[in-house]
Amino acid sequence: MDLSFVILVEVLYAVASLVLISAGLAVVFGMMKVINLAHGEFMMMGGYATITAANLGINVFVAMLVIAPLVVGLIGLVVERLVIRHLYGRLVDTMLATWGLSLMFIGLATMIFGNTTTGISTPITGFTVGDYQINGYNFFIIVVSVVLVLCMLAVLKGTRAGLIARGTMQRSDMAAALGYSPDRIYMATFFCGSALSGLAGAVLAPLVGLVPTSGGAYIAKAFITVIAGGPSLIAGLVSSATSFGLVSQIFTFTISPVIGEVVLLVAAVIVLRLMPQGITGRFFRGKL
Amino acid sequence: MSLNRREFLGRSAALTTASLLPYAAYAADTIKLGSVLDTSGIFDAYGKPMDQAMRLALKQINDTGGLLDRQVELMAYDTQSDMALYSQYAQQLTRQDQVDVVHGGILSASREAIRQTMRKSNTLYFYNVQYEGGVCDRNIFVTGVTPAQQVAVLVPYAMKKSGPKVHILAADYNYGQITARWIKKFVEDNGGEVVGTDFFPLDVSDFGSTITKIQQTAPDLVVAPLVGGAHLSFFRQWAAAGMKDRIPLASTTMGVGNEHKVLTPEEGNGIMVAYNYSQELDTEANRVFKDKWQAEYGDTTAIHELAVSTYQGILLWAEGVRQAGSVEHDAVVEALETGISIDGPAGKVTLDPQTHHATLDVHIMEFEDQGMTVIETLQQIAPVDTQAVCNLQENPDDNQQYEIQI
Repeated sequence: MDLSFVILVEVLYAVASLVLISAGLAVVFGMMKVINLAHGEFMMMGGYATITAANLGINVFVAMLVIAPLVVGLIGLVVERLVIRHLYGRLVDTMLATWGLSLMFIGLATMIFGNTTTGISTPITGFTVGDYQINGYNFFIIVVSVVLVLCMLAVLKGTRAGLIARGTMQRSDMAAALGYSPDRIYMATFFCGSALSGLAGAVLAPLVGLVPTSGGAYIAKAFITVIAGGPSLIAGLVSSATSFGLVSQIFTFTISPVIGEVVLLVAAVIVLRLMPQGITGRFFRGKL
Repeated sequence: MSLNRREFLGRSAALTTASLLPYAAYAADTIKLGSVLDTSGIFDAYGKPMDQAMRLALKQINDTGGLLDRQVELMAYDTQSDMALYSQYAQQLTRQDQVDVVHGGILSASREAIRQTMRKSNTLYFYNVQYEGGVCDRNIFVTGVTPAQQVAVLVPYAMKKSGPKVHILAADYNYGQITARWIKKFVEDNGGEVVGTDFFPLDVSDFGSTITKIQQTAPDLVVAPLVGGAHLSFFRQWAAAGMKDRIPLASTTMGVGNEHKVLTPEEGNGIMVAYNYSQELDTEANRVFKDKWQAEYGDTTAIHELAVSTYQGILLWAEGVRQAGSVEHDAVVEALETGISIDGPAGKVTLDPQTHHATLDVHIMEFEDQGMTVIETLQQIAPVDTQAVCNLQENPDDNQQYEIQI
């Protein structure tokens, strides 16, 4: 009984962290069609922003949930103005440009923070379930990603800004004809996407040892989740994160963590073979 | 003055040659020591202090009159944590610079990338790093600890403190695999039982499910030869789950690159390790060494196990040269094979003629407030793992790395 509860928490945690890792990319790549290879580095910078802020004596939750997304969002804003805005609609070119950005960010982080592992300890203590100890921070990550998904849903579906953003992504010429500036809307959306990446990096920072090259560990998973999710932003994100998280955790528990990772990749290949448009290309059609 | 291209090239060539001449004359009088270390890139946390330690040792040698009344000249190359550069600089050191000895290499992959080059060109090679053991080659000397030297002392101590059931978490490459086998052997030799073994690729940083699995096997002790920044997450997540006070941890790798200074005291305190060196080593030799380091670099926090191994490696080589009375390859190897020893910052280090590995003191330590407190010192532990497979006295032409089967 205790064990099944613990495993349930671990599965939810795996799904939640996939959602978190992929949310920023889902906006930037899924909505805006910018292949952001620097996504991992945005997360890495979110981590460093948190650690720096926490070391300056700021409450760690404020650092994670407010400062890191803002800092990374602003960095994203600068990047958008200087580089990305010239490349909208040029898929392959964005890949090259953001690859360069990713190398630059790694270099900058190395110059500023050094090439050594840093980190902060988790702010929430573990607790006991029967014979087992659970990392209390797992619950925090689950809560953050649930809130995140709900917020994204509310903003995109419930607010005028969300509607305009979605409309602009579909037909920017139409949005322009209706009097909205696609340039501004792209800028704002990229800011949000970067801020989400920063948030993910920040929230995951206390669980890992952070180095300037940490971003590389996330990028593959993020792209797999977003691509397998398909055209619907949120339904795709949640459905693919759930399937991959579930499958990888099942194999992690029954065999080993390595097999879990392998199975995640194999599952991605199978999903894309059977559903080339992604999960939401077949199911949940027309959902957001 | 007008100068056409041809004249310009001619003159510059002449100038370059001229400027090299005094250098060449000078170089003939010095002993040349080559170095290949990663002083930038992802392994620089290991490589930089090693480089500093090497320069410190050489400065000391040169300040006291050099070796055989000759100064030792350093030819150092930064391999930038790139394995391809190792082969390139190894060629340069052996062919172009024609050095008398090469010290360096950090990862086992880097050592294997240059070992054959050194052997073919008859250039003496020192590898000054803790590694998985088993290299058997008369041209190489290894001054770091091997798994058996650490595990043989760490496992009995940790088991005595906790209990007989052990869970092993290891990095998934030759170092981790081989070390895990040694841990299993010593656990069983001490009447214990391995209840679970898990291997992790170097980029795994999520250990949540592993921590649950460990609780299922309910061990008395977890031994974790994990490697690198991603694996550091394990120690953090272990503490976050509140497991640290329930099941004790021991590691054979944690701290070689001063990783314990990254963990907070709450996360690190109580983790058991076994190494040749600790900054907290309370000996006169260590105090003197740290004073010298302080005088040279101003800050001793960077000193780690591998730096001290490098320092001791240089001292051993220097002792070999002194005893041989020459830098000629075979003479130095023979002198080093007489069982010579030096007193380094971490105590007495003796080269074992049979394996070209080092016999040295191993300290059992526990992390305490980001330092390593010495609990117990075991004098002069021999590299028994490599001794079991390698005998260069009987078989001097051996040239391979044995995978030690247990």
